Parts: sequence; C-alpha cells; structure tokens
Amino acid sequence: MTIVVELFARLREIAGTPYLELELPDSATLAVVRWQLAERVPEAASLLSKSAIAVNECYADETMILQSGDRIAVLPPVSGG
Amino acid sequence: MLTLTHESIEPAALLQAVMCRDCGGVVLFLGTVRELTNGQATVALEYEAYAGMAEKELHAIEANARERWPIGAMAVVHRLGKLDIMDIAVGVAVSCPHRADAFEAARFVIDEVKKRVPIWKRDHTPEGTAVWVHPGA
Repeated sequence: MTIVVELFARLREIAGTPYLELELPDSATLAVVRWQLAERVPEAASLLSKSAIAVNECYADETMILQSGDRIAVLPPVSGG
Repeated sequence: MLTLTHESIEPAALLQAVMCRDCGGVVLFLGTVRELTNGQATVALEYEAYAGMAEKELHAIEANARERWPIGAMAVVHRLGKLDIMDIAVGVAVSCPHRADAFEAARFVIDEVKKRVPIWKRDHTPEGTAVWVHPGA
C-alpha cells in the first residue's frame, strides 16, 4: 500500500518537501515507516529518532499496524508557546 | 474557546470567555515573544502548526484538566505566523470557584500545551538566519 507522510518544521526543511510517499507492505507497523524515512532522508535520521509520529491526528506508537488511507505525520519535538 | 489564530490575541476576549457566575478565581497566562534567550537576540518568531491535530490536543488537555480541577471555563488561543518582540504567542485563561485551583489548572494547561500540542517556532536572528526550535533534538 502507498502511504503519504506529512513532515513539519526542520524535518520538512531537511527533506525539501512537505509530503513523502512510502510504499509499505500490508500490515506494516509504524516502525517500518520510521525505518523507511531514515533510509529516504538519511540527513534527518537524528531528528527523526527524536520525533513523534501521529496517525490520523493522534499520537501513535511503533507497534501500530497501518491501514490504507491512514494519515501519517512526523512531528519533531514541539516548541509552541 | 480552544483555537489557533493568525490574528492578534486579545487578552480581554480570553477573560470574557471564561467568566462564570460560580467562579471567584480567574487566571490569565500570556506567553509573549522574548527578545533575549541565553544572551542570543531574536528579531521575530514564526509559528506553524499541524492544525487539525493541534486543536484535538487542546480539547484533550481541557478534558484532562477538568478531571483534576473544578474548572468553570477554560480558553486557550495560540498564534500562528510571524510575530514581533512582545507580541502574544499564546494565551491561557482558566476560571475556578477558588484561586488555588485556577492557578494550578492554568499552570498545568500551559505546560501541557508546550509539551504535546504540535506547534513549532522558527527563530529569526539579527544575522538574518531562521532556525527551527526543537527542544532536546
């Protein structure tokens, strides 16, 4: 399945794009997304390792199994306020 | 009132939103753009958000706060876009029957906003650079 990942702030700046498309095996977990992102954008590996991931606008953990159509966002450490 | 805005934050509107007949304590917190951070000057801050999720998180924070304190009403507004020194970046207002709860709840809410709401700032320096702020990264 194809999953679109949205990137923010410094991550988007490093990747040079706000969206990345990943091709994932069925029943892939979020851990696979992390691993593929680090391969696609190696310069972002360090920031990625400190970033949270949201699925459908909720914080999600690595073991979550993805479904086609899920909206994924990678959130580097937040700095609001 | 839990929202993001590109317009100036009006403290009076925040206070108005939380006034309630049974509340004798109202706390207003404003986060403003600071010129000096550890000796380093800022000329402007630029905020962006993952907007849909940010508003969901604000609602979750309100629910968490209401589990712990007898909150009459609560309002949080976070600014987006480019802000100058002394502009208000975030406003939190909480009303409770008594002041101790209002202070504690307001402190909890602003701390949670800074911890978990997906908003980021970019620091514009006098040298003309702009650096994303990612604490701990």
